[in-house]
Amino acid sequence: MPESLLKVRDLSMRFGGLLAVDGVALDVNEREIISVIGPNGAGKTTVFNCISGFYTPTGGNISYKGQSIHGLADFKISRLGMVRTFQHVRLFNQMTVIENLLVAQHRHVNTNLLAGLFKTPSYRRKEQESMDRAVYWLKKVNLLEFANREAGNLAYGQQRRLEIARCMVTEPGLLMLDEPAAGLNPKETKELDELIVSLKEDYNVSVLLIEHDMGLVMGISDRIAVINQGRPLATGTPDEIRDNPDVIKAYLGEV
Amino acid sequence: MKDKFVPALIAGVATLILAFPLLGLNLVSTGLGLGIEGADTQTVVYIVLASLAVFAFQLFKENVVNVAKSIPLPRKAYKPTAAISQAQRDKKEKIFTFIVVAIALIMPFFASRGNIDLATLVLIYVMLGLGLNIVVGLAGLLDLGYVAFYAVGAYSYALLHQYFGFSFWVCLPLAGLMAATFGFILGFPVLRLRGDYLAIVTLGFGEIIRILLNNWTHLTGGPNGIGSIPKPALFGLEFGRRAKEEGNIPFHEYFNIAYNSSYKVIFLYLLALLLVLFTIFVIRRLMRMPVGRAWEALREDEIACRSLGLNRTIIKLSAFTIGASFAGFAGAFFSARQGFISPESFTFIESAIILAIVVLGGMGSQLGVILAAIAMTVLPELAREFQEYRMLMFGLMMVLMMIWRPQGLLPMKRRHMELTNA
Repeated sequence: MPESLLKVRDLSMRFGGLLAVDGVALDVNEREIISVIGPNGAGKTTVFNCISGFYTPTGGNISYKGQSIHGLADFKISRLGMVRTFQHVRLFNQMTVIENLLVAQHRHVNTNLLAGLFKTPSYRRKEQESMDRAVYWLKKVNLLEFANREAGNLAYGQQRRLEIARCMVTEPGLLMLDEPAAGLNPKETKELDELIVSLKEDYNVSVLLIEHDMGLVMGISDRIAVINQGRPLATGTPDEIRDNPDVIKAYLGEV
Repeated sequence: MKDKFVPALIAGVATLILAFPLLGLNLVSTGLGLGIEGADTQTVVYIVLASLAVFAFQLFKENVVNVAKSIPLPRKAYKPTAAISQAQRDKKEKIFTFIVVAIALIMPFFASRGNIDLATLVLIYVMLGLGLNIVVGLAGLLDLGYVAFYAVGAYSYALLHQYFGFSFWVCLPLAGLMAATFGFILGFPVLRLRGDYLAIVTLGFGEIIRILLNNWTHLTGGPNGIGSIPKPALFGLEFGRRAKEEGNIPFHEYFNIAYNSSYKVIFLYLLALLLVLFTIFVIRRLMRMPVGRAWEALREDEIACRSLGLNRTIIKLSAFTIGASFAGFAGAFFSARQGFISPESFTFIESAIILAIVVLGGMGSQLGVILAAIAMTVLPELAREFQEYRMLMFGLMMVLMMIWRPQGLLPMKRRHMELTNA
């Protein structure tokens, strides 16, 4: 069996006296959609923050493509190819849609100051490439007509899609989505569903998903991990999770 | 009406009660003690009039506010600008730029000496405003100590000339480099700070530099400043009556024309214009380069930047460093123009004025900053007759600006990108 893309073992995160995450383990293989579910306050987002480097976990280890990323700065982790979105949309609101996508490709373009000041051929080529990639992804998420609009002026559903496009232009290996369907209507949720599946099928991206919309989670996940009060409760295929009595108890309380 | 009458009356009477002891009574010394004497009738009349004005304003406040509201605000709803493409806009902009530069080039040969001098001062502030615009307008880092870099630039030239005899043209890039180094040094400790905290630290930095210059007497001359800083020469041609440096020839002798002191003023003006054009060009390019986009992204959302692999340390440092270097250039030019510098020229009020230029102009907007620099420099000169009321008018202007155009004179317009592959 090949080494999994993302391997999380015995992850724990302590804030003072509060053990927010305790002993969580996760495996994400290539071309796989893994969902993390659990009641509110279970520690899902904290797990995300630990993996993406926004928090330094107090215990356990995380490795990406076999390389340990424990304690690595957040932007370095993102450069390895693990890119995330946020529970609340975080776009560059005053910048245009296309600029949002260009900024995201910062590490791919020629950032040499002199090259830019003199517009050298290699600089122009890189800029053109990033522009083409941005246009490609705008088409993919149906936002091309809004390319020169300010991102803050988009409708909420469009902002959500733009955020995913912004992650995708960085050409990630693992996409981490934190409640991407929050606030979307059923039609938009369905489109999101198709988009995420397409990312996996057509672009070979693995997806780690936090979501409350069970329809979405059950439909697209290859495997699901359930977290309750910071501790792993169960892992398995959607069918296994659906019938797991512990999970039902955690969500609905004692029957 | 009736329900407003009583509060209005109270306000009017309160004004009277407050104003009369403060303005209507004077202390006079009678022998050894102090006596109180009523002010002259004119003052008393003014106080009464002021109280009546307050009363009337309170009474008719709503009408006044309604009139003010009916003045159309310049901020408009989003309207599609597809009618003119970016290419057409660029063309318009080019023609506009060409005309402005042409006027700026021809102007000194017709204007009076005093006006050219004032225009040179304006250009210095344009440079400073544009430099600070990088830090405040684009990167969103509130810097209240920008004048420190200006001072570093000015003293770099003055000291390098004094101790090593370097010429202006050698010192200009060195001054920029020195200021950039200081920007870099300041950048490091303040990387983790944002907003108010950053403002306080930069404020402190500005004061440290000024106090250092004031007290390091054996190097900088302390409060006495540094004098006889030479004016820049044009390829070895000097603009004084006689050449000060060996090997240099006075300008008028070389061209065999009569000596005229206004040549020097015109030359300085043109030099400042050149520096400003260079600044505008470089910053425009930077704004459209990855680093410029990264500055703005950092201003918009730092956490999103980090999640996308942008190194905020480098981005912030680059904003501080590049912004400071332009202040360095401006400083070197300033000391060459003045011929004398002292710590007096680099007080906090200068930082405040430069910041006001950026905010009034519209954060991030180059044209706005240029207009604001002109307004902030020329208006106080025009209002010279009003002497003690100058600062008052200045403040009033800013308050009105912030009410009617909170986004600045000319807010930054986002450039529309041509989608080549669409």
